[in-house]
Amino acid sequence: MKAVITVTGKDVVGIIAKVSAACAEYQANIIDISQSVLKEYFAMVMVVEIDQIAVEFTKFVDAMATLGTENDLVIHTMHEDVFNAMHHI
Amino acid sequence: MLNMNDVLETIHMIEGENLDIRTITMGISLLDCVSDDADRFCDKIYDKITRRAEKLVAVGEEIEKMYGIPIVNKRVSVTPIAIAGGALDTDGFIKAAKTLDRAAETLGINFIGGFSALVHKGFTTGDRNLLSAIPQALSETGKVCSSVNVASTKAGINMDAVKQMGDIIKQTAYLTRDTDSIGCAKLVVFTNIPEDNPFMAGAFHGVGEPDTVINVGVSGPGVVASAIQRAGNCDFSTLADIIKKTAFKITRMGQLVAYEASKRLDTPFGIVDLSLAPTPAVGDSVAHILEGMGLEKCGAHGTTAALALLNDAVKKGGVMASSHVGGLSGAFIPVSEDQGMIDAVACGSLTLEKLEAMTAVCSVGLDMIAIPGDTPAEVICGIIADEISIGVANTKTTAVRVIPAYGKKPGDTVNFGGLLGYAPVMKLNDMSPAAFIARGGRIPAPIHSLKN
Repeated sequence: MKAVITVTGKDVVGIIAKVSAACAEYQANIIDISQSVLKEYFAMVMVVEIDQIAVEFTKFVDAMATLGTENDLVIHTMHEDVFNAMHHI
Repeated sequence: MLNMNDVLETIHMIEGENLDIRTITMGISLLDCVSDDADRFCDKIYDKITRRAEKLVAVGEEIEKMYGIPIVNKRVSVTPIAIAGGALDTDGFIKAAKTLDRAAETLGINFIGGFSALVHKGFTTGDRNLLSAIPQALSETGKVCSSVNVASTKAGINMDAVKQMGDIIKQTAYLTRDTDSIGCAKLVVFTNIPEDNPFMAGAFHGVGEPDTVINVGVSGPGVVASAIQRAGNCDFSTLADIIKKTAFKITRMGQLVAYEASKRLDTPFGIVDLSLAPTPAVGDSVAHILEGMGLEKCGAHGTTAALALLNDAVKKGGVMASSHVGGLSGAFIPVSEDQGMIDAVACGSLTLEKLEAMTAVCSVGLDMIAIPGDTPAEVICGIIADEISIGVANTKTTAVRVIPAYGKKPGDTVNFGGLLGYAPVMKLNDMSPAAFIARGGRIPAPIHSLKN
């Protein structure tokens, strides 16, 4: 199973490092990253595997959201099923 | 493979366009709780409801977190209490209403529906007792919702019931006069009432349903409004297509949540109700969708056509997205719960007569409309009879939820708070239908009800 992590906020040094460090800490394996900076605005969509994560998925969602709040970023973590349901027949 | 644009579109729908799942409603049969002793009946229904729906709120919150989509309400609907509690007297029914309220409090849900009676062809003793308990029951509880089905296309209109509902609505308004007559916001008069509707205040658990069931109501007027805005100046075929595609996506979300909830609660999945349910929040308005199609203001001539297109396209888009569609399914047009409707009424563009016409093509009826507190009961009966006739003649659900706000006159505002919103008090035609309503009896079923 996969989850999608989206990260948005003002661009500063080390955003990807912090998010990927958190993923590593929880054993979420990063399989795709798409990232861009428009003016000073940072946006990243990351796909991770969550089969092996160290905690319950809902706790991982909370942990990532907290990481966002602590760093002036907005981080959403959502199960891939929601996107598959909405956009694929 | 996940497409980044799809990911961003979904997140934008949730974050920027108020996409949410409006309700997960668990239907619970109370037919096995029957007792002629009110205390015993109340103990049994309390136990069954709190046992079966014990995990409803927790599971709703888990799914919310897992999929990142808000699930605004978790609710319960039960077998019409007039059926399950058919042996009770009026005091017994009031006790039952308070028990339902207590069960809702224990579960942490915001509404429980099913303090209801189905009287489209006539009354049982239980029906009569429940109806006479409604005003007090609604004034002494906070979360109990009541509905009364007074007509159907097959049975015609029980005008005795219509007459009684006028008085019940007035009494309920009086008993809840300290809170802008909010009791009436929890009471709906129906025709062709669906047995699997997850939305309040009309939800109840039909007798043909399984013991428990999960029904889900989706929403998303803001998403449809934005899609129409993005499309710009296109023709009607394109417009309908855009609405269909959007409704499909919204409903797929509802189906996913319904499936997951059903699995986690070990309860059969019933239906997805693909309704566009507005809230008073900015950007969550059905009226703004209609205005986005090119009307200067909701209520302008052309509004009924715009709503008909919207309602039809929502159904066509949604129906393929879910394995079972049911409930009300269409566009709701409540006044107090929709900022665009409130504005249209306040500026004089939207009148009660136009709203009545719109109900011929929307999914429900005259909904959350504040009327003057001194409106005579027979005028309310006239409003109900008109609205119900539209449903009976068109083989569709229609309903009336009007609030004769005690002490208020046209131009005043009533405020119910939360999802119920606020509403300007609307002016009514003050000619009297009293002699018509006083006739009593039944209006026969229309000829096209004979389909066998």
